[in-house]
Amino acid sequence: MARIIVVTSGKGGVGKTTSSAAIGLGLALKGHKVVLIDFDIGLRNLDLIMGCERRVVYDFVNVINGEATLNQALIKDKRVKSLSILPASQTRDKDALNKENVGKVLEELGEMYDFIVCDSPAGIEAGAMMALYYADEAIVTTNPEVSSVRDSDRILGMLASRSRRAELGLEPIKEHLLLTRYSPKRVAEGEMLSVEDVEDILSIPLLGVIPESQAVLKASNAGEPVILDTESDAGKAYQDVIERLLGETVEFRFLTVEKKSILSRLFGG
Amino acid sequence: MALLDYFLRKKGKQVTTASKAKERLQIIVAHERNSRNKQPDYLPELTADILKVLRKYIKVSDESFSINLDKKDGDLNVLELNIELHDEHGTH
Repeated sequence: MARIIVVTSGKGGVGKTTSSAAIGLGLALKGHKVVLIDFDIGLRNLDLIMGCERRVVYDFVNVINGEATLNQALIKDKRVKSLSILPASQTRDKDALNKENVGKVLEELGEMYDFIVCDSPAGIEAGAMMALYYADEAIVTTNPEVSSVRDSDRILGMLASRSRRAELGLEPIKEHLLLTRYSPKRVAEGEMLSVEDVEDILSIPLLGVIPESQAVLKASNAGEPVILDTESDAGKAYQDVIERLLGETVEFRFLTVEKKSILSRLFGG
Repeated sequence: MALLDYFLRKKGKQVTTASKAKERLQIIVAHERNSRNKQPDYLPELTADILKVLRKYIKVSDESFSINLDKKDGDLNVLELNIELHDEHGTH
């Protein structure tokens, strides 16, 4: 059975889609069969971050309504064979999804893939609830900033009460904290919550810390998930996330301010 | 007075905005978790209904009324109502 992972946050703009794209592609690069689903009905964006926006013909809602088969709607990634994307619809009404029809699609996908990564919309409305309902694991994407941390805590409450696992009294959803846009320099200056601060408040296991990085904007400009930028700090941090998701123990990087060598200081490297 | 500013800033560093953020978050998150865990969905409505009935007979201000649903061990739930009664002239 496939592992269903929801990338969620409550608050918008914290890096859910960036993270979904990086994690989906990263898992596929490791040889796993992965499908990335955009649950943000009406505000499709995962296709753009993945660089396949021109190839969207059918979408999630078409499949739900029986206007297209799954195979027609799934977009095969051009870089990694084992990765597909199921785009959200851009125009349809967002009430198209319900537990029953989403469950059916996920079941069918579960037979074709090892990982189903669900990119949740922001908020705590129906769309976000749909994205997390069937999840086995949740990656709670959080910025080290008060409103994001508070919203993440609310989402944790939803995961514990509104998911299928909660309703059926099964083993609870496995929660992971993904801290994004982290700036060690500002943490050192006392201007930003530290990893430990956020861990203290949310008390869920840490999956990764993605440093604030120029590589992320460059990656979305190009439609190339940042994990492909193997030289960048954010790319490397996402690589570590993949290792941890696959059960490896990897030391956390990019948590402290990098000390510049005298040479690079002199020559501005 | 750039030099003075420099020293003052160093001193002021003890209470950082990050530690303020953490403190505020700990309080609000604990509070919200509490109400999430304890309060059933119907509690706000029940509270409003009880107040409506009470006010048919007596004067009750919002501050002199509290309601609490506590989970004790096992299957026991305790609904606790606290109503402070004022005399007719409004003195305590």
